[in-house]
Amino acid sequence: MKSLAELKELRNKVQKEMKKRDQGTKAEIIVGMGTCGIAAGARDILKAVLAEIEKRDLDVRVTQTGCIGMCEKEPLIDVKLPGKEKITYGNLSEADVQKIISEHVVNGSVVTDLVIARHK
Amino acid sequence: MKDTIYRSHVLICTGTGCVSSGAKTIKESLEEELAANDLTNEIKIVETGCHGFCEKGPIMIVYPEGVFYCQVQSDDVAEIVEEHLLKGRTVERLLFKEPMTEEQIPSYQDIDFYKKQQRIALANCGQIDPEDINEYIALGGYEAAGKVLTEMDPQEVVDTIKDSGLRGRGGGGFPTGLKWQFAKNSEGDKKYIICNADEGDPGAFMDRSILEGDPHRIIEGMLVGAYAIGADEGYVYVRAEYPLAIKRLQKAIEDAEEYGLLGDDIFSSGFNFKLQIKKGAGAFVCGEETALMNSIEGKRGMPTPRPPYPAVKGLWGKPTNINNAETFANIPYIINEGAESFSAIGTEGSSGTKVFALTGKINNTGLVEVPMGTTIKEVIFEIGGGITEGKKFKAIQTGGPSGGCLTEDYLDLPIDYDSLLEAGAMMGSGGMVVMDEDSCMVDVARFFLNFTESESCGKCTPCREGTKRMLEILNRITSGEGKDGDIELLLELGDHIKNTALCGLGQTAPNPVLSTVRYFRDEYEAHIHDHNCPAGVCTDLVDAYVIDEEACIGCGKCAKVCPVDAISGEIKSPFTIDADVCIACGACEPECPVDAISQG
Repeated sequence: MKSLAELKELRNKVQKEMKKRDQGTKAEIIVGMGTCGIAAGARDILKAVLAEIEKRDLDVRVTQTGCIGMCEKEPLIDVKLPGKEKITYGNLSEADVQKIISEHVVNGSVVTDLVIARHK
Repeated sequence: MKDTIYRSHVLICTGTGCVSSGAKTIKESLEEELAANDLTNEIKIVETGCHGFCEKGPIMIVYPEGVFYCQVQSDDVAEIVEEHLLKGRTVERLLFKEPMTEEQIPSYQDIDFYKKQQRIALANCGQIDPEDINEYIALGGYEAAGKVLTEMDPQEVVDTIKDSGLRGRGGGGFPTGLKWQFAKNSEGDKKYIICNADEGDPGAFMDRSILEGDPHRIIEGMLVGAYAIGADEGYVYVRAEYPLAIKRLQKAIEDAEEYGLLGDDIFSSGFNFKLQIKKGAGAFVCGEETALMNSIEGKRGMPTPRPPYPAVKGLWGKPTNINNAETFANIPYIINEGAESFSAIGTEGSSGTKVFALTGKINNTGLVEVPMGTTIKEVIFEIGGGITEGKKFKAIQTGGPSGGCLTEDYLDLPIDYDSLLEAGAMMGSGGMVVMDEDSCMVDVARFFLNFTESESCGKCTPCREGTKRMLEILNRITSGEGKDGDIELLLELGDHIKNTALCGLGQTAPNPVLSTVRYFRDEYEAHIHDHNCPAGVCTDLVDAYVIDEEACIGCGKCAKVCPVDAISGEIKSPFTIDADVCIACGACEPECPVDAISQG
């Protein structure tokens, strides 16, 4: 280690992975991973979410949840931005995921045509 | 470094406590299950140090949700993977339940045990992989060392530590900044810095947990101290009974060397520092600083009179500074956050936090870190979850074999160095043994004195002979042969040993006896005059158990559990207990299906 700047550079590089353990408030994407969701392709949706977040270098908490009873509309994801209402999107394809992340998660505007529920 | 970004981190505690309750096999099962479900590239397994909640081990925390699973068995792993990691459903039966309210708590920040703690020395323990230097750096590690070496002069560092009010966490409570000043002021071409991790108090394991869970924090603290006093060489003195701590510290030293955080010209400052581990052979007296230095030099571990103090003439005759592991663990925080931020925590005379090892008759056994000034009641009942089996609190022993017992009158006492001393106990390294109504205080005093008596190095007469004589008296009292005047003799001997012994071991050895006489004199008197042990612990003083022949159905269950084979008989005819052999342990009583056994 030659300087403090070098240490800080290394820190920036290695701390991304550690953000997974950060419990602070941040954007959250919840993927429905009940049996119905998995059968409808939720695993691919989850992978698409992770890939998109990685590509855009976003600090988002990605978790899963079980069946919420809208099996007909699977695969489903919820997007919850800090301080905003939770939005549930349904009948998703991988391309929809990219759209939701770029428009809703990054820019804050809800992708209205994919919304199936809003939660206060 | 691996490029994969994982969607979830599963932290498995692999501190000594959780390893002994099966953490290693859990990790293996988890690896198998992840592979079977094709999740290996999505989920990262992280082995961490101790979370402090050893009672509930093995512990597993799943991020990003932060769900806290406890007492996980390898049979549970498949369910966790399938339900939680694949489908996102929390496995509720493995969540923590508050002992007082029976409420299930999913997230560990919400558990009372953690909620009421303030973690500085243990900040990273359980949160990072101690064998990965990058994780320490990711959380700001080595920035304090970098700042000190590149931006501060040594006197500034010493002043910062002085201003913080940090006092030695090993027991004595001597101001750390002042200790550093003495070592800095000493003239010498060569100086040493030593970390004392020879943690010998029965029941204390905070130093071990820091070394196992966050070894780089100790290295960083020592690096700052070395720069402040002008030492270029350091030793960490760890007992050989801590193999995991030694392994992780060794790995940490090697990684720090590879990153140029130890070695020559660190941060291009021209400052060199080399660090090595010295394994101690487990002699309690080697926690005393002069004995410790003798041990490093390869001599017999015996104390020498002070002065000269180590700061003047220490290891190999050179100026030396010795601090406890927990003390060093506080240093990076003080440098990063400032002396004022540290001194704002705690009480006026004792700033910062203190780690305590909670053991004994308490629900949440484990390691806790609380601000100085927290009351004993808060530690035992709010963090510790109260007394096991709902029994009544009787006393708390603080400071290990050098400390003393405090009664329920002291539950509201704010814990700091001075308040404990005033009450006749001491901080010590932070061991806290909780005793309930079933504990015999004379027996407790005998236990601790037995420890110090056998650990006395034998160099000075008061300690060598005095502790032996005191133990003889205590053995006599607990076996029912106590005499009038024994209590007075114990007090007189204790007083002399305290005033005349050479080192801290002898000077504090009588404390458990003196404090139990002070607060529980009636129990001593009951042993001596009435030949009665009120708590029913001293087996020579309690009555043997007897079987009611008429009630006995001859099932033989009692005979099976008797540890000394005092019970005999033929199946289907009444059994009998040999009163001379019976040790009155009481193991047979709950076994009897017809309640035919009672204490005679």
